[in-house]
Amino acid sequence: MSNKLASKFGDFGGMYVPELLIPALDQLEQAFIDAQQDPDFQSEFMALLKDYAGRPTALTKVRNLVSNPKVTLYLKREDLLHGGAHKTNQVLGQALLTKRMGKTEVIAETGAGQHGVATALACALLGLKARIYMGAKDVERQAPNVFRMRLMGAEVIPVHAGSGTLKDAVNEAMRDWSASYDRAHYLLGTAAGPHPFPTIVREFHRMIGEEVRSQIMEKEGRLPDAIVACVGGGSNAIGIFADFIDEPGVKLIGVEPAGKGLHTHEHGAAIANGTKGILHGAYSYIMQTPEGQIEESYSVSAGLDYPAVGPQHAYLHDIGRAQYAAISDEEALNAFQLLARKEGIIPALESSHALAHALNMADEAEEETLIVVNLSGRGDKDLTHVHQILQGATQNG
Amino acid sequence: MDRYQQLFATLHERGEGAFVPFVMLGDPSLEDSFDIIEALISGGADALELGIPFSDPIADGPTIQQAAIRALDKGVTPKDCFNLMAKVRAAHPNIPIGLLLYSNLVLAPGIDQFYAMAAKAGVDSILIADVPVRESAPFHQAAKNNSIQQILIAPPNASEETFADIGHQSGGYTYLLGRAGVTGAETAAVMPPIAMIQKLKSVNAAPPLLGFGISTPSQVKAAIEAGAAGAISGSAVVKLITENLGNKSEMLKKLQEFVYGMKQATKASS
Repeated sequence: MSNKLASKFGDFGGMYVPELLIPALDQLEQAFIDAQQDPDFQSEFMALLKDYAGRPTALTKVRNLVSNPKVTLYLKREDLLHGGAHKTNQVLGQALLTKRMGKTEVIAETGAGQHGVATALACALLGLKARIYMGAKDVERQAPNVFRMRLMGAEVIPVHAGSGTLKDAVNEAMRDWSASYDRAHYLLGTAAGPHPFPTIVREFHRMIGEEVRSQIMEKEGRLPDAIVACVGGGSNAIGIFADFIDEPGVKLIGVEPAGKGLHTHEHGAAIANGTKGILHGAYSYIMQTPEGQIEESYSVSAGLDYPAVGPQHAYLHDIGRAQYAAISDEEALNAFQLLARKEGIIPALESSHALAHALNMADEAEEETLIVVNLSGRGDKDLTHVHQILQGATQNG
Repeated sequence: MDRYQQLFATLHERGEGAFVPFVMLGDPSLEDSFDIIEALISGGADALELGIPFSDPIADGPTIQQAAIRALDKGVTPKDCFNLMAKVRAAHPNIPIGLLLYSNLVLAPGIDQFYAMAAKAGVDSILIADVPVRESAPFHQAAKNNSIQQILIAPPNASEETFADIGHQSGGYTYLLGRAGVTGAETAAVMPPIAMIQKLKSVNAAPPLLGFGISTPSQVKAAIEAGAAGAISGSAVVKLITENLGNKSEMLKKLQEFVYGMKQATKASS
């Protein structure tokens, strides 16, 4: 039995799911192939991206943040997209696919609630019934996002099983899907999971990189030397990388969360510190014990707090096409504050990881260097959290 | 003849179907687990389906996930499980023992190494819940290398192609899914689509055992009447463990009685 699209990136990826889900994944693959070739689908998707979500997003050159005169740094402003992050792109695409398949319900998982909010808005807009699984701990920690989802008509289902976080929400969403695939689409939130999700999510985010290409050519007359993006599951990174994979002159750099340090167990750096294995349907780098039990990940940024990484990133790492760095909580929090103070932009904690790494690169650059950072989301959702951390630091210090 | 072939031949002669209970190894502890398995066998289990606890069991409902969590909380490792199975095998040389687990546990030591350890522990078959036919080639190879039967799942929605693949590749038995969803007795199984069983026969698949949602003797009886070679019951068995965690002798008694009742239903005269 074979797939119509490549289901693997080298050895990575695949469809490690119960046999029961194979027909649903095959149906999705076929719907995606048809939609990509259907001008009506494409024009509806493009219209939603433009008139509802606000694409294209700006490419902003920073004025004060970088002191090294040899370095030019641009931010791809996915923080300006409706919903507050890049996630809206692919959610609109998958919601349209749901309708195309004649399904009326959407299942989704969410960690911090960003993918849940994006799913809820798309389902409200397109008249789909959304139920969103969220770890019970996360439901408590992310009350404003739970309210946002409910406000837009989504049902939020707390997951108590396991550790009560994102990976358990994914488990629960997949279980729901095995009983409801005839009427429900599983709207997976990142470029991970079984084929065809990593490919679909990449293609529904690839406009990020395509826009960067034309914007930077217009502003600088050349392609960037490096593109930097944060990587949890890896959707914003693969979206901005996709159009540049065949441009060997453009360095692609993914930034994983080092949490409290790679030497501790409290991080989420699956590529830097994980080993190969299977989680949630894909063979990739994952965080696991020597016996193969999945470990809990950790990051100050909930969106990067996932113990695996999308399979294409694992592949790009192994073939040396992309590099993967790791940035600690502390470095990310520092970049978060710097961007606010110097440029008047409050970034998401996720995106702050990418920014922190770009700033390290800028400090070390000895030649003319043109860098683009994917500012994948805005930081409004993180304000209370960061406020607490900084107050704590002041009181303790 | 392997142990499954022997079992099915013997049962055929007697005009019986097979009843196969599932439990999680190490639940609620390694020591209790051995006694639990003894109780299942003394109740009349024809074969055993045993799980190795995994942290993220996407194909299981809450009952079996809780069993895995109980075992993991006790620190049960795959190595402990192999030792336990070897002990069961030493005590029961003829009963077919099937292993049911998730792919990452197989990958961790290396696929071939895992199958070799299973063979050494006396395991007859391996079913990997998250490996569909299309990803099964390297697992089949390791199974062949180590004289283990790779069990395949036939779900109610399988394509013709998947049925054909199951026909070519299945050994031991075929795990016939009675319905969509995850494991658990919470939703009753839809009675076996006779069409599926005929289809499996027509592609020469290994004898089908019906699983998912089997919790009563009447379901076992109906499965066998529809042409299945027997039935597997997991969540209903594990539920008896969960409900009697505080009273081991009561737990063992109830397990034995449950298996006895289910086994009786496999006999044509009953």
